[in-house]
Amino acid sequence: MNRTAHAVRIGIARGMTEFKLSLKSPQDQSFYLFTAVAAMIYLFWNRNDKVEGTSLLAPTVALPSILGLMIAFGTVVGPAYTLAMEREDGTVLRARAVPRGILGYVSGQVVYQSISIVPMFAVILVPSFLLFDDLAHRGAAGWLTVLWVTVLGLLAVLPIGIIIGSLAPNAQKVGTWGMLPVMVLSGISGIFFPLDQLWGWVQVVAQIFPMYWLGLGMRSAFLPDSAAVIEISESWRTLPTVGVLTAWAVVGAVIAPIVLRRMSQRASGSAVEAAKEAAAQWVR
Amino acid sequence: MVQTDETDQRSTTANDGPAVAVRDLRMRYGTKDVLRGVEFEIRPNEIVCLLGPNGAGKTTTIEILEGFRTRSAGEVEVLGVDPATGDEDWRARTGVVLQSWRDHARWTPRILLRHLGQYYTPYSTPERTRPYDVDELIKMVGLGEQADQKVLTLSGGQRRRLDVAIGIIGRPELLFLDEPTAGFDPHARREFHELVQRLSELEETTILLTTHDLDEAEKLADRILILAAGRIVADGTADELARQIAGKGQVRWSRGGEQFVDAPADATRFVRELFAEYGEEIADLEVRRASLEDTYITLVQQHEGGNAEEAADTIEARSSTETHSNTDEAREGGR
Repeated sequence: MNRTAHAVRIGIARGMTEFKLSLKSPQDQSFYLFTAVAAMIYLFWNRNDKVEGTSLLAPTVALPSILGLMIAFGTVVGPAYTLAMEREDGTVLRARAVPRGILGYVSGQVVYQSISIVPMFAVILVPSFLLFDDLAHRGAAGWLTVLWVTVLGLLAVLPIGIIIGSLAPNAQKVGTWGMLPVMVLSGISGIFFPLDQLWGWVQVVAQIFPMYWLGLGMRSAFLPDSAAVIEISESWRTLPTVGVLTAWAVVGAVIAPIVLRRMSQRASGSAVEAAKEAAAQWVR
Repeated sequence: MVQTDETDQRSTTANDGPAVAVRDLRMRYGTKDVLRGVEFEIRPNEIVCLLGPNGAGKTTTIEILEGFRTRSAGEVEVLGVDPATGDEDWRARTGVVLQSWRDHARWTPRILLRHLGQYYTPYSTPERTRPYDVDELIKMVGLGEQADQKVLTLSGGQRRRLDVAIGIIGRPELLFLDEPTAGFDPHARREFHELVQRLSELEETTILLTTHDLDEAEKLADRILILAAGRIVADGTADELARQIAGKGQVRWSRGGEQFVDAPADATRFVRELFAEYGEEIADLEVRRASLEDTYITLVQQHEGGNAEEAADTIEARSSTETHSNTDEAREGGR
């Protein structure tokens, strides 16, 4: 039996267990509900606005952008928090104490964080299709695009979440290290308003990061070709989308394991104990 | 073919060398020396207890042996392997009992044990089938009723039993227990002691544990190591240590309504002489051996008293010549 493959298999099963437990958890259920309600309020508020230069309504353009945001947000902030927290609460140390446990743990995280996109999409897509008309213009081909953009997007952003979670000194700092940059990037990534309304240098910054391309890819999956006029260079730029996301995926695949190894080597009983004491000490 | 397989397996679970060998182990954090030349050995199947005051370096030592911490200097072998370079196959032969805090709150003991146990399946050998059967293990640590409850809802003692179960799920050859019974009630403590003894007897598990509970050390350990000021300052059974270090026992008696106390070098002879001289006048006789607590307090006072170097020399001399020295002398040495 190949011991490495064995650990990965256990890790995949671990991810599925975590997913099942998460679906049963009232805490996570209310998180999904909150996200769905917030997205619906945003879309409903702008339901009659026309998108400039097209015949489309705001929800039609905003929905795919929100899906892109969900991938970027969910799979950066999600694993970043989980990793930082589970390093402090001893989960990572437990993994370190069993043979090839870290490999299993990380496999589990990748599976769990990826698969959590499914309920996230469901709670946004189902009510959207009930409340609004005219959302998907591309039929089966469009859904296929949703699939590849999602998979490639996960590969691009999940390692970022893992790297932030490994580097963050503690769970509280993930707010500053993880949430804040992702929020700023979402703000400038053409999800809430078109990118070409922003200054030139902001457009350049936005196009370096995967968030913009995730939103663009999703819009190309839902909107008709005529809507491409709202994008930079009036095109869906499918090849650049694939290129940028792949580049991030490659960089992540190289860096994440190195950072993870360093992080797991720092996990020890006294580190967990220190975190426990730090958490109990409110005033410093 | 079969022959080669067997030899291979025997070599990975070799029982001839010591389970743990530590020579001149040093650990320095910044400019602070926490361990200053720790030396000891643990034989296979032994239960050894590491005692010492807070900050003496117990946890540091155990974490170095577990392979969770990199030492500054010295030689360490655990199951024949340097833990700093110990791979995952070595890891499979050790068990670590960690303190649970908030981890796996949504999991149940049964699901968690089944999951963690699976990691050990490829390391199973005919002599040591890995992992333990989950149901058997749950029964063994007494979590039968809580097996399908969320970990979050377990009491402190129940969590600790789960920690122990997780530590031994892979049927380790060597088990590390860092303050395993902290927060246990007396009943849970006794059950835990029985479990540890069973592990050592039936499963041929070598056990290294740290504790603050001297009774526990005396009850469980085949041998006690006392770590003070970054060194092992005593090594022996509880009896040996009491004889060597705290020396004399205490004799109390009353004669003619008056109370007497003495600390003779040989209590038995002293009492015999007492009766020979006074006969039936002696009442309320009470002979107390120097306890492990006396030993421990004596040693820690000497070594934490700032004169560690000198004190360590004193102990070495004392252990080798087996001279009887008394508590007061030792205390003076520490000043």
